[in-house]
Amino acid sequence: MSQSEVRAQTLPEAEAPTSAAEAEEKVLTASQWQLMWWKFRRHKMAMFGGAFVFLMYLCAAFCEFLAPYPLDMRDSKHVTAPPQLLRWRDDEGNFHLRPFVYGLKEHVDPISWRRTFTEDPAQIYPVYLFARTHPYKFWGLFETKVHLFGVKGEEATIFLLGSDSMGRDLFSRILYGGRISLSVGLLGVLLSLVIGAVLGGISGYYGGLIDNVMQRLIEVLRSIPHIPLWMALSAALPPGLPPQQTYFGITLVLAVIGWTGLARVTRGKILSLRDEDFVMAAKICGTSETRIIVRHLLPSFFSYLIVSVTLSIPGMVMGETSLSFLGLGMRPPYTSWGVLLSEAQNIGNIAHRPWILIPGLFLIATVFAFNFLGDGLRDAADPYTR
Amino acid sequence: MLQYIGRRILQMIPTVFLISVISFILIQLPPGDYLTSIVATLAQSGDYLDQDQLAQLKRQYGLGQPVYVQYAKWMWGILSRGSFGQSFFWNRPVTELIADRLSITVILTLTTMIFTWAVGLPIGIYSATHQYSKLDYLFTSTSFIGLATPDFMLALILLYLGVVYLGKSYAGLFSPEFADAPWSFARLVDMMKHIIVPLIIGGTSGTAGLVRIMRGSLLDELNKPYVITARAKGLSERKLLWKYPVRVAINPFVSTIGWTLASLFSGGTIIAVVLGLPTVGPLMLSALMAQDMYLAGSILFIMSILTVIGTLISDLLLAWVDPRIRFEGGGR
Repeated sequence: MSQSEVRAQTLPEAEAPTSAAEAEEKVLTASQWQLMWWKFRRHKMAMFGGAFVFLMYLCAAFCEFLAPYPLDMRDSKHVTAPPQLLRWRDDEGNFHLRPFVYGLKEHVDPISWRRTFTEDPAQIYPVYLFARTHPYKFWGLFETKVHLFGVKGEEATIFLLGSDSMGRDLFSRILYGGRISLSVGLLGVLLSLVIGAVLGGISGYYGGLIDNVMQRLIEVLRSIPHIPLWMALSAALPPGLPPQQTYFGITLVLAVIGWTGLARVTRGKILSLRDEDFVMAAKICGTSETRIIVRHLLPSFFSYLIVSVTLSIPGMVMGETSLSFLGLGMRPPYTSWGVLLSEAQNIGNIAHRPWILIPGLFLIATVFAFNFLGDGLRDAADPYTR
Repeated sequence: MLQYIGRRILQMIPTVFLISVISFILIQLPPGDYLTSIVATLAQSGDYLDQDQLAQLKRQYGLGQPVYVQYAKWMWGILSRGSFGQSFFWNRPVTELIADRLSITVILTLTTMIFTWAVGLPIGIYSATHQYSKLDYLFTSTSFIGLATPDFMLALILLYLGVVYLGKSYAGLFSPEFADAPWSFARLVDMMKHIIVPLIIGGTSGTAGLVRIMRGSLLDELNKPYVITARAKGLSERKLLWKYPVRVAINPFVSTIGWTLASLFSGGTIIAVVLGLPTVGPLMLSALMAQDMYLAGSILFIMSILTVIGTLISDLLLAWVDPRIRFEGGGR
C-alpha cells in the first residue's frame, strides 16, 4: 500500500476535502492526536463502545437521581416482585400520553405457600418525571427528593426490573451497584498503572539484573491462577474492616495482578523506543534527557498505555464481580453487581425469579463495550501505520 | 535439545520457590495464628486441647518461632513426606482432603483444554482463510461475546435454561451412586457423561481467545511472500496451508498453553462453585471462609505448580515445533 493511500484511509469521509491534494496537506499538518481521532472515528463499533461506556459511567455518577428508590429502601409487601413493564397502552387499548405501570397483585400458591406477584390491570400508576418521592443526599452535598422518574401514592410501586428477596428495587440497586463495580475497575487500573509504569519503566530503563528479577517476578505472579489468588488475598482482609476500607482493599487486591500487564507494556515500549531514529536525532541535536523523555518518549507510548489501560478495566470489573459473587468482595452497604448476582447462587432463586440475573447482563454489556473501545483505540494508537 | 530441557528445568526452580513463598505468605496473612483458631474452634464445640497436644502442635508447625523457620518446616514437610500440613477445620491432613478432588480438577482442566484446542484451532484456521465471509463474521462476533461473558454468568444462564426448558439441573459431576464411590472405569464414564456442561462453560472464553490468536497470526502468515511463492509454484491450497503457514501460526498457540492453564484453573474455581462440582475450587472457597489457611494456601500452591509445569511443557513443545528457539541458545 502506498503512502498516499494510507493517508487517504486515515481521513474520514465526512471531512474529506474536495481535492486529494488538500487531503494530503491536511494529513501532513495534523497533529498526532488529530490523526488518532480521525482513525478512531472510522471504527464504528469502537465509537459505539465508547459512547456506551461513557453512558454507564454517567449513570454511575448520578445514580441517586436516576434511581427511583434509595439503595436500601425495603418494601416488605412486595418481595420478589417481577419486573413491571412501562406501558403507554392499557389492556382496553386506550393510549395514555403519560406512561404508566400496572400495580402488583399478590397470589399465594396453595401448596408451596410461595408468594408470587402478577401485574394487575385494575391499578394504574402513572409515571411522573422529576417526581418528588424519597429523600436522599445528592453526592452528600444537599438534601433533595427529586428523582428522574417515580410513581405517587402509598401503594404505588415501580420495579422496572423486579425486586429482590427483601423488596428492594433491582433497577435502583443495579445503578448503585454500577457505581461500585465501575469505579473499582477505574481505581484498580489507576493503581496498577502507577505501579506498572514505575516498575516497568525502571525495568526497561536500567535493564540488566533489575530487569531480570522484575521479569521473573511478573512471570511468577502470572502463573498463579488469578481468581484463586484474588480469593486468598481478599479473604485475608480482616472481616471487621469498615466497608470503605474493604472497598480499597479489594481494589488493591485486584491491582496486585493488574500491574504486571501494564509493566510489560511499558518495559517493552521503552526498550523499543530507546533505539528509535527520532530519539537518536533528538540526542544529536543536543536535546536534554528530560525533554527527550517528556516530549518524545512519553507521547510515543502514552497512547499504548491508554490502550492497555482500557483493555484491562473489564478484567478488573469482572474480577470484582467474581469476588463479590463468591462472597469475598464488597460488603453491605457497598453494593456491587457481584453482590447483586450472589443472590443467583441458589438455583431455586434463578428458576423462580430469573430477573436476578439482569445485573449480569449489565456487566456483559459493559465488558463488551470496553473491549470494542479498546480495540478501536489499539488501531488508532499508531496513526502512522496501517 | 537435552541441554535446553535441562536449562529450562533449572529455570523453574526459582519460580517454584517464589510461588511457595507467596503461598506461605498468604497462609500467614490472616490475623491470629493457626493455633488460636484451632483452640477457638474447639472451644466453640465444647472441646479443649490439653497442654500436651497444644505443645505437640506448636512443635509441629514451629509456631512462636520466626516465620522463616515455619516456612522451612512447611516446605520440608512437602518435600520429604508430601505433607501440606493439617486442615484445622476438617482436622485432617490437607493431602487427604484434596487428593480425590485434585484428580477430578486435573481431568476436568485437561479435558477443557483439549476441547478448546479441538474447537478453537479449526475455527481459527477457517476464519483466517475465509476472512470476511459470513461464517468468519459469525465466529468473530461469537468469540467477542465469549470473551466478554464471565464464566460464572454463562454457568448461571445455562443452569437457568436447563431448569426452565429441560426441567433438569446441570449441576454436579457425578450421578448420585458414583458421587462418593472410589475411582473405577464406570465412575470415569459417568463423569464423562456429566462433563460436557462444565466443559462448554469453562472452554468458551478459552476457545474464543484461541480463535482470535489463531486467526490473527495465520492472517499475518498468509500475507507473507513465501506463501505467494508456494502458490506460484502450483502447490495445492490445502497442502500449502497445512505445510507452512499453519505450522508457523501455531507457535503463539503453543506458547500460551501455560497461561491458558492458569486461566482454566482460575475460571474453573468459580464454575465449580456455581455448578457444585467436586473440584478443589469450592474446597478452597470454604477453606477461605473458615480461615483454614493451610488448606487454602496449599491448594493455591498446587494449582500454581501445575501451571508452571504446563508452561514448561508448552516451552518444550514450542522448542520441538520451532527449531529456531532451541538453536537460539534457549532464550526465554
